[in-house]
Amino acid sequence: MAMKKNKKKENSSQLGKKKETAREKMIGQSIGYRYDVNLLPDYKKITPFLKKYIEAMGWDDLNWLEDVHMGYEEGKPAVFCRNANGWVTIPKSIKLPNNQQDRDMIARELLVKFQMSPKHPLVDLKKAYLKF
Amino acid sequence: MANLKNVTKKTKAQAMGMHSEVLTGRTQQKFFNPDEAENFYYFGTYDVDFNKRTDLDVKNMTAAEANKELDNLMSQGYGTIVIKNPQGKHSLGVGILNKLNLIFEGSLGYFGMGSSDGPIVRINGRVGWSCAENLMAGKVVIEKNAGSCFGAAIRGGDLICKGSVGARTGIDMKGGTIIIGGDAGAFTGFMMQRGRIIILGDVGINLGDSMYDGTIFVGGEIGSYGSDAVDSELTQSDQNWLRRKLRVAEIGENFDVSKMKKIVAGKKLWNYDNLEPAEKKGAI
Repeated sequence: MAMKKNKKKENSSQLGKKKETAREKMIGQSIGYRYDVNLLPDYKKITPFLKKYIEAMGWDDLNWLEDVHMGYEEGKPAVFCRNANGWVTIPKSIKLPNNQQDRDMIARELLVKFQMSPKHPLVDLKKAYLKF
Repeated sequence: MANLKNVTKKTKAQAMGMHSEVLTGRTQQKFFNPDEAENFYYFGTYDVDFNKRTDLDVKNMTAAEANKELDNLMSQGYGTIVIKNPQGKHSLGVGILNKLNLIFEGSLGYFGMGSSDGPIVRINGRVGWSCAENLMAGKVVIEKNAGSCFGAAIRGGDLICKGSVGARTGIDMKGGTIIIGGDAGAFTGFMMQRGRIIILGDVGINLGDSMYDGTIFVGGEIGSYGSDAVDSELTQSDQNWLRRKLRVAEIGENFDVSKMKKIVAGKKLWNYDNLEPAEKKGAI
């Protein structure tokens, strides 16, 4: 039982948490990026939804989604939405795999779904401020 | 911060009717169900068909009139639009947030295709300063040469110039990929923060000056390195990615990527400190 508990701890610590530097402890905030921004996507891990998205847009590859990775916000796995300028936390119901490439594909899929949703914050902003 | 939650489970915030709150203040909570629908386009954009094609002659139009007409054609469902006689007009094709196949038969002036999100664009001529500035997504292909500040501050998408480009290519870029078939000028990748630049030819002085992050691949000679730009090892993953990107760009398919140089940030200039926003927050 004790071993199982340790395993669980290891998995959750891989979701972007890292040892804080002295400076980070002092200011109480994280410094730097929350993921490896230069990590190139592994196209073998692409999800069926993303395949359909690429096809619908007429692109040859993941295009802008190559720059989307899963990071973390307040200790929870999250993906950054540049349109809303905020972190979108991943629902607890989604079981996250134990490697960054697979997690990135899930983050990409969720981000597309969030950005294209009529409940995205920009939809309300557009309604309020659209000029032409 | 936005939250992804399953709407079937009623939360306290939902019960309080916070979903329709006015969007003010520093934080927001928005709820949506990831399984609610399979939609690939921004809410409120036009449903266009790539097979529905039309021409638009902009010879006697101002840039504003031409861009408005483009919007009008998209609203009618045209997914392939050929712009005739652009005659080097500035700011053509800016702010397109739609899926679209756009072809310019001629050259563009300054700021062409700026702030776009999604379209596939082919320009059968040259482009002036700051082409595709702030590009968010999509693919822009320039058949000839480009001016300075090519792809300034792009956030995503593929920006391709089959010819040569001027100085400060990819200045302040925050994502996406810039691919140059020919040579690039001085200060390429100046202050870039992330994203990738591929140059098949030579590049001028101060390459990657003050770059924070991101990667630059160079096939030819480098004039000189900028401050904090350093060499890095070209991995097999880099090579596979380069081959695929060059195929997407329709240039250099037979280029020997294994001999390319990889330049990254030395991170000696990094001075990230989130104290400043915290102080500001306190002051406000």
